[in-house]
Parts: sequence; structure tokens; C-alpha cells
Amino acid sequence: MPEQFDAIVVGAGPSGNTAAYTMAKAGLKVLQIERGEYPGSKNVQGAILYADALEKIIPEFRDDAPLERHVIEQRVWVMDDQSFVGTHFRSEDYNKPPYNRYTIIRAQFDKWFSTKVREAGALLICETTVSELIMDGDTVRGVRCDRGGGEVYADVVILADGVNSTLARKAGFHGELPAQNVALAVKEILFMPEETIQARFNIGEEEGVVIELMGTVTEGMVGTGFLYTNKDSLTIGVGCMLSDFKANPNRTKPYELLEKLKRHPSIAPLIAGGEMKEYCAHLIPEGGFHAIPKVFGDGWMIVGDSGGFVNAAHREGSNLAMTTGRLAAETVIAAKAAGKAMSARTLKAYKDALDESFVMKDLHKYRDMPQVLHSSPQFFNTYPGLLTGAAKTLFTVDGVDKKTKERQIFGSFKAARRWSGLFSDAFKLLRAFR
Amino acid sequence: MSEAAKPAPKAAGRAGRNTELPEHLKSYKGVWVFIEHDRGQVNPVSWELMGEARKLADTLKVDVAGVLLGGPDEPLDAFAKEAYAYGADRCYLMRDPVLKGYRNEPFTKGLTDLVNTHQPEIMLLGASAMGRDLAGSVATTLGTGLTADCTELNIDGRALAATRPTFGGSLLCTIMTLAYRPQMATVRPRVMSLPRRDDSRSGDIVEMPLGMIETDVVTKLLEFIPDASRNTVNLAYADVIVSGGKGLKKAENFQLVWELARVLGAEVGATRAVVQAGWADAERQVGQTGKTVRPKLYIAAGISGAIQHRVGMEGSDVIIAINTDPNAPIFDVAHFGIVGNAMQVLPSLTQAMRTHLDKRIRKTA
Amino acid sequence: MHIVVCIKQVPDSAQIRVHPVTNTIMRQGVPAIVNPYDLFALEEALRLKDRFGGRVTALCMGPPQAEESLRKCVSFGATDAILVTDRAFAGADTLATSYALAAAIRKIGAEQAVDLVFTGKQTIDGDTAQVGPGVAKRLGMNLLTYVSRIDAVDLDTRRLTVERRAEGGVQRLDTTLPALITMLEGTNEMRFASLDDMLRAGRFHVRKWNKEDAGIEDLGKIGLKGSPTIVSKVFGPTPRSEKADMQIVADTSVQDVTINLIQKLFTKHPLLEEQLVERLSA
Repeated sequence: MPEQFDAIVVGAGPSGNTAAYTMAKAGLKVLQIERGEYPGSKNVQGAILYADALEKIIPEFRDDAPLERHVIEQRVWVMDDQSFVGTHFRSEDYNKPPYNRYTIIRAQFDKWFSTKVREAGALLICETTVSELIMDGDTVRGVRCDRGGGEVYADVVILADGVNSTLARKAGFHGELPAQNVALAVKEILFMPEETIQARFNIGEEEGVVIELMGTVTEGMVGTGFLYTNKDSLTIGVGCMLSDFKANPNRTKPYELLEKLKRHPSIAPLIAGGEMKEYCAHLIPEGGFHAIPKVFGDGWMIVGDSGGFVNAAHREGSNLAMTTGRLAAETVIAAKAAGKAMSARTLKAYKDALDESFVMKDLHKYRDMPQVLHSSPQFFNTYPGLLTGAAKTLFTVDGVDKKTKERQIFGSFKAARRWSGLFSDAFKLLRAFR
Repeated sequence: MSEAAKPAPKAAGRAGRNTELPEHLKSYKGVWVFIEHDRGQVNPVSWELMGEARKLADTLKVDVAGVLLGGPDEPLDAFAKEAYAYGADRCYLMRDPVLKGYRNEPFTKGLTDLVNTHQPEIMLLGASAMGRDLAGSVATTLGTGLTADCTELNIDGRALAATRPTFGGSLLCTIMTLAYRPQMATVRPRVMSLPRRDDSRSGDIVEMPLGMIETDVVTKLLEFIPDASRNTVNLAYADVIVSGGKGLKKAENFQLVWELARVLGAEVGATRAVVQAGWADAERQVGQTGKTVRPKLYIAAGISGAIQHRVGMEGSDVIIAINTDPNAPIFDVAHFGIVGNAMQVLPSLTQAMRTHLDKRIRKTA
Repeated sequence: MHIVVCIKQVPDSAQIRVHPVTNTIMRQGVPAIVNPYDLFALEEALRLKDRFGGRVTALCMGPPQAEESLRKCVSFGATDAILVTDRAFAGADTLATSYALAAAIRKIGAEQAVDLVFTGKQTIDGDTAQVGPGVAKRLGMNLLTYVSRIDAVDLDTRRLTVERRAEGGVQRLDTTLPALITMLEGTNEMRFASLDDMLRAGRFHVRKWNKEDAGIEDLGKIGLKGSPTIVSKVFGPTPRSEKADMQIVADTSVQDVTINLIQKLFTKHPLLEEQLVERLSA
């Protein structure tokens, strides 16, 4: 007799774990199915943990979650090949607990989270792939797995199966993920003694720095890079839109971009001596608001990367993942309590909750960003040079009078982009950030 | 050593362990080697160990003894003569029909009785199927320490310091059995080199009865099925080996390894990855879970040189490595390195070797 | 039929690396796995259970996280799983480990008599292959190592016939139960668990025994105290000072490189050249 559960969660990443945990804690009979060897084995992330999102799920997570450093300084760099112009924000307020952001090692964190999920009473099985949803007309009744006797049923199936999800596609809930809606990112973790990291980044024990960067390193492709400080390692990575990689006449590969980034004169000294102990690549859904598919239906909901819930502009993904997981779970719990069936009508409450939350509000705000950036390579290959050039002119003391310098700076911008270009660029940015 | 000056070790000691040799064990003297033989042949690992035993015994200024257990019509006396030639001073013998053909029960009893009677301080066995089967049982019966797969044996003070790889081979550790006797160690074939023979050496024999009859022994040997003769891959004792790894990309390319091996009259070796991919038989695997080899020439093509492979071949006299990655760890042990594609280098090297050796052969002809 | 399979949870040694400067072991994120050799033992035990009925109990002495590995054994079909875990067992060498496991097996046997004990050939982190023989000795069980095949088991006559890999061939051995078998690798293929097995394993309550539960009588025989072998030091291998004579194909041509190599090789090692020529002429 195939078993019946209250809910089946496909995937044991941040969104799946959140959904499974929340429902199990509320006493629901939950089955979680992960295709990797262990939770987190298929996940790749920078990674930054946004405490606010997790606090709403496991308030006391700081007691035993594996956290690397709490972030006290944020740096944003615009880089050309030789230099960068950066904005840094650092505050002692960030050193006052409870801390707002932490760097984490994704795989370790997922393992911890998964322990909590099981303690909450959810049943987890790994190394099992859900091959398809069991449909009854348009209603999802359960899932079919790649193991013998692999049919299991539930009132609702929550798809938390990540960016590479084929289940929703197979079931016809949405189409193929187009290359312009997804980024390919690669990252490395470089091992380095704690003291060295602290000395280089001007931080103390347990304090962390996050550097987000963009510029000519992506060869005009839409993309960004990052450098995070972990306890005794650094994470460095870079990613660009998949469609840009495909269209790039140089056929540059992602790891080649990463090598370039690592060699940059401002980056190389920071990572010198680091020994690589992990290398991975992953896809990130970055289509934004317009690329979000239908996320609920009769007997099913989609959370996390599988639903494209990533705010690329702010590099936020895991907090959206956890929040969508939580909202989905709360929808199920409320429906169960009210004795309602898990129909699309009932589950619409999930979408409503999403719209009310920062998730959809932020995605909506940046809905034009992908399109704007995509059509404006100048932001990645012209402006970095202009900015660094301007800064160089400004800060170099060479007997040239300041007025002339000002004119030089304006002149360089005008020469590169012309007034029309500058105005349209400004307008575009406004549109993107609105 | 300061050990003797420490207060009662059981109380304070290192984490409560006894690192002090009890009085009654101080009289244990001598280095023994279990001489493994089967169907009329001694496993050469026993002679490799004999060489090591001689070095250890010379440092300790004690005797070396071989231990021979076998059936009444097995050539144990001849083996003993060989043992002396390789460095033994004495051989302890046990002859009994029950000991014909290796079985765990009688051999464990025999060896344990000999040890309890004659009390060696060190006992070495080859880490073969027989050796490992026997060593674990004997060590447990005697309640003493056993260190397996040692790559180096030395004397520290008066005790045996056995070094072996750990953590997958990336590190080495030295292990000692300070408070128990005998100190037992196993060594894999070909890790130690064969000592020189000195047939002028002689020694004496001490025999002891086994004290078991066939009905005492529960396990019976029904038959022995020898491996088909085509399976005579003598990798461990080959003088020249050409080995291929996953860098060859496809099964068909492994053929290039065979071709170079043919020109050099060499044996063919392989990495674990290649064996698992089915490109070569398991018997050709060189490495930690395969064979240890000590050829005069080892050519590694398309092999990265992960530690698990390196520990199997780093004892080779001359190592040539071919790999596309200049940072491949294989170049750390190689004497000659070529940074290039094995698929191109191998045929070229085969051709060049063929030409060169043909010329030399014709010259000497 | 009641079979006990002893397993060990080990770090996936293929993934452990050593930091070149500090010489510390980089275990971060290295997943723990069931010792691969043990899986052959488990599969063989499960096949016997399929044939004869009965129970397979998976047993492990290890830290609390070894529970995962036992759960995995249950997912393949083990009937029961017991984790013998206690701080007192820490630091055990093979002698202390076999003492603890033997005691636990005796306790398990008190619940239902044990006919066979299976272990893997060796572990990938210890490589000693000593625990199997040690446990057999302590329990007075007939020991069969490097078993490649189980030919016959007769529960009525209590006889067991196996094939054992020896030097140069295979021995066919016949003995009586109870016996301990160390299973050779590559002798079978682990089954793919069904969904029901996975669900059962996910829910399974792995029994945890501390030293009292495991029936340890002599505390001096377990853990660090019961280990005659002591690790006196751990060190990185000394890197060779002499560097390899390197050539790069991209710089010149393949032909030049190989000709160069042969020349350098035989100039430096004339004896080697002679030996090669000699062997080939023969």
C-alpha cells in the first residue's frame, strides 16, 4: 500500500528544509525527498545567511548552527583591469548581537538544518530522485521516485527542487528555463589561516567582510563577483548570465573569468597563499519578477530557486528561499487547521502572502533590472573604466589644477557615452532600481 | 629514557595508558620473521622482512629467527637454509600433518605457542592474505599490539618504531607498542627491498610439536583451485612497468600503454580509476589498494599521482611521468617529467625507444 | 538464521587533503561514508537472509554520527542496527576495538544466537584488516578471511563451505557455524533499496549501547587504555629535494621531447639501458 502523507517536500535545500521543518513542527506528517547523498550535497551558494529570515523559522538557530563570521563590513567594488572604485560600509552596530548577516559554508549549514528538520519529526530520505508528479487530471496527488515501489501520496507536494527542476516542467506548470533567465556562477573556497584573513581584511575574530564586485572582469557580460570571509577560508566567485556566455565571441568559460578575477591586482594579494579545497559551479535563476512561473495549483506549490525567487540585484536568494518555504508551509498548516482541501483556491493564500512580503515587493521593484542590464553592456565594460579614470584623475596630485581635472573627468564621460548616452544610462538605471 | 623515572604509570600516565614495559616482558628478546610458504615456494616477502629483521636485530644486538610451520613432507629444512642466507641466526620449526596447507586455527596455535615459549620482542609477518589472516588472530590471542602495512621499521630506544601511511596516505604516522610483547608488524610485499644472499651463513634449528590433531581442527581444506596460467601478471616483481591513468581519456587509448610496454619488454600497470573503468584487470592496479612495485623503470602516463597511487610506486628506481598538468603531484616523485598529452607522447616515445633500442641491440649482436 | 554485520563509518579518504603548510588534515566537509568494503559484507549477509530467512543486525562501534551509516544499512535491508557508542571507546586501536565488538556481539547473541558474523576486508582509513580476525578469536568463531564466494550453508548440519582468495589461487574451505567471514571486495553488487526500505530506514530507531549496554566487563581493555599500540607521532612526508627534469611539449615538439628524454635517461642511467637491451635481446 503506498503511503499517504500530509505533505511531501521535494528537495532538502534551504527552501525545502524550511518548509519541511515548519510543517513538521506544527505536527503534520511530512516526507522530504532529496536526490543528493545528503542534504546540501547538491547545493552551491556564496554563502551569506540572512539571520532575519532564519529567525522567523528557528529563533534560537544561533545556539548550534554552523556560522562562519558575522558580517560587519560590506564593500562594493566597481573594477576595471587594473583598479577599482569602491564603497565600503562598516559599523560597530553590526557587532552588536543579534547579528544580521553571517557567512556560512552551504553544505555544512544544510546538514545542520536537516538535523533540525528530522528532530522536528519530518521523515527524510536521500539518494532518491523524484522522477515525476503523480497527477489526477490537473491535481497533484503524489510523487513517483526512482526506487522500486516508488509511489507515495500526499495532500500537497511542495517543489523545492532547485534551479534545475524538471518536475514542474514535466508536469506542464511552466516551460523550459531560458538562458537569459539564468546565470552560471563558479566559486572556489580557499583555505587560509584565521589570523591571515583577519589581518588582511582588518577584522577581528568572528568578524566578517563581504565584497560584492562587478566590472570589466566579466568582459561586458552581465554578471557580478564576490569575495566572502569565512572562519579559515575565503570564498571567491563570479557568475554571468548564461545567454551572455553563449553569445560571447571569445567563448570565455566561467572558470576562466574566475582565474582572471583571482589575478586582479586588487584581489590577488587578498587571496595569496590560499589553498583551494573546493570548486563548484551552479546555475542561479536571475530572470527576476517577469520570470516567476505559476507557483501554486491543485495540490502543489513551488518554493525557492525552483520558482526563480532570487533578487540578483542584491544577491539575495537564500533568504527568499527560506521565506517562500515558510510562507508555503504556513499556508498548508492553516489549510489543514481549517479542514480545507489543498486546492488551488486554498493555496492561493500562498501567493497572496508572497505578494505581501518583501519577496515579491523586492522582485517587483527590480523587475526591469535584468532587461536593462542585458541591453546595456556599457555598465560592465565602459563605466568601470570611466569611474576608475575619474577617481585616478581626482586623486592624483600632479600639478594639474583641479578645474582642469574636473573638465577632464566630465570630458571622458562625454567622450565615451555622449550626453545622450549618459542621460539614457541614467534613466535606465533609474528604471532598473525603481 | 625518562619513561623509567616517571611515577606509577597507571595513575598519572598518558591518558591513563600504560607506556611502561612490565618487568616480566623485559626478558623477551629477538626478532622473528614468520616465513610464509605455499606449495614448495617461500613468498619472497618473507626474505624482504628477513633483511629488515637483520637490521633491527643488529641495532638491538639480538638474534634473528625465522618461523616455519608446515607438513612433514614440505621442504622446511631447505627453507631454513635460505633463511640463514638472508640473515637468520636460527629457525623455529613446527612439523605436523595438520600444518600442511595454511589454515587459521593450527597456525595460530602453533605460532602462539612458539611465541609464548621462546618469547621474541619483535615479530614480523608479510601483509599477504595469509599473513594478515594469521597476524590478527595471533595478536589478539597474545593480547599485544599489531601495526599493519608498515613502510618503515626502526628502533627507538629499545622499542620498535613502525611507520605507516595514515589518512588515506597523505600523512605518515609512527606507531609503537611500548607495554606489550611481542611487538608485531606486517609489511606489504615489495615495500622493503630484498637483502643480499650470503650462502655461507648458517644457523640452528629448534623444533617444537604442534600439539593438535586433525580432528581438533574444524576448518577443512577441500581443494585448491590455482589461478588460470594466463593470469600470471607478475607486476610486483617486474623490472620495467608502463602504467596508464585516467588522463588517457578513453579505453582505446590504453592500447598506447601496451605498445610502449611491448617495445620495452615491460609489464603494464594501471591506476585504480582505470581498473574501475574496466580498461585494465584488477591485478594490474598499482597503489595503496593494489600492488606495491619497485621496478628499475616506471613510466606513468596520464596519471595525476594522487597519494594512493604514489605510495605504490614511489620506490621505483627511475620514474618518468607524462601529464598535461605541470602541477600534477606525480611530478613530485618523478625523476623525468614531460608536460604534454600522453596520447601524443606515448606513440612518439614508443617509436623513439624502438629505434634507439634496435640500434643498440644490433650493435651488441 | 541470525547474522551480524560489523561496519565502520569512515571519512571518505579520497577527499581528505593535507594542508601543505600547517600539515593539518583538512577534514572540512569531507563526508563520512560506510566503509566501502563493508558493503560487500552487508550485501552477502542480506543475500543469505533472502535465501534462508532470519535477521541481519548491523553493528558499529563509533561516535554518535555513525548512526547515519547504520541507518544506511537498514535502508539496504538490515533488520536491526545497533550503535555501540561511548566516550570510553575513543582512541581504540584494533585490539581494543575487537574486544568491544566481541562483547557487543555476545550481548546480541544473548537475544538471539548469532550464526555468522560478517566484516569487510579492511577499512579505508585504518587498512589493517585486523579487527575481523580479532573478533573471531575472542568469540571462538571459525575465521574465514578474503572470502570470495559462499558456496553452501547448511543450518541443520551447521556446515559452511566458502571459497577464499589465497596467493596464486582459491581455497575451498569447509567449516562449522558459528563463523566469522571477512568478505573480499568486488564479490557482489549492492542492491538498490526500494522506497519502502528507505522510508523504513528513515523512521528506524537505531539502538544505542553505551559500555554497560554492550556488556564490557574489563574497562581496561577498551579505548585508549586497552590499546597496546600508541601513535607516537604524525608527520607529513618529507618532500624530495631533487626536482624532476621537466620538458614541456608545447615549447618544442613531441619528437624533440622524446628524443631528449631518451638521451638524458640513458646518459644518467647507462646500466638501465644495458639491462633493457639485454632483456630484449634474449
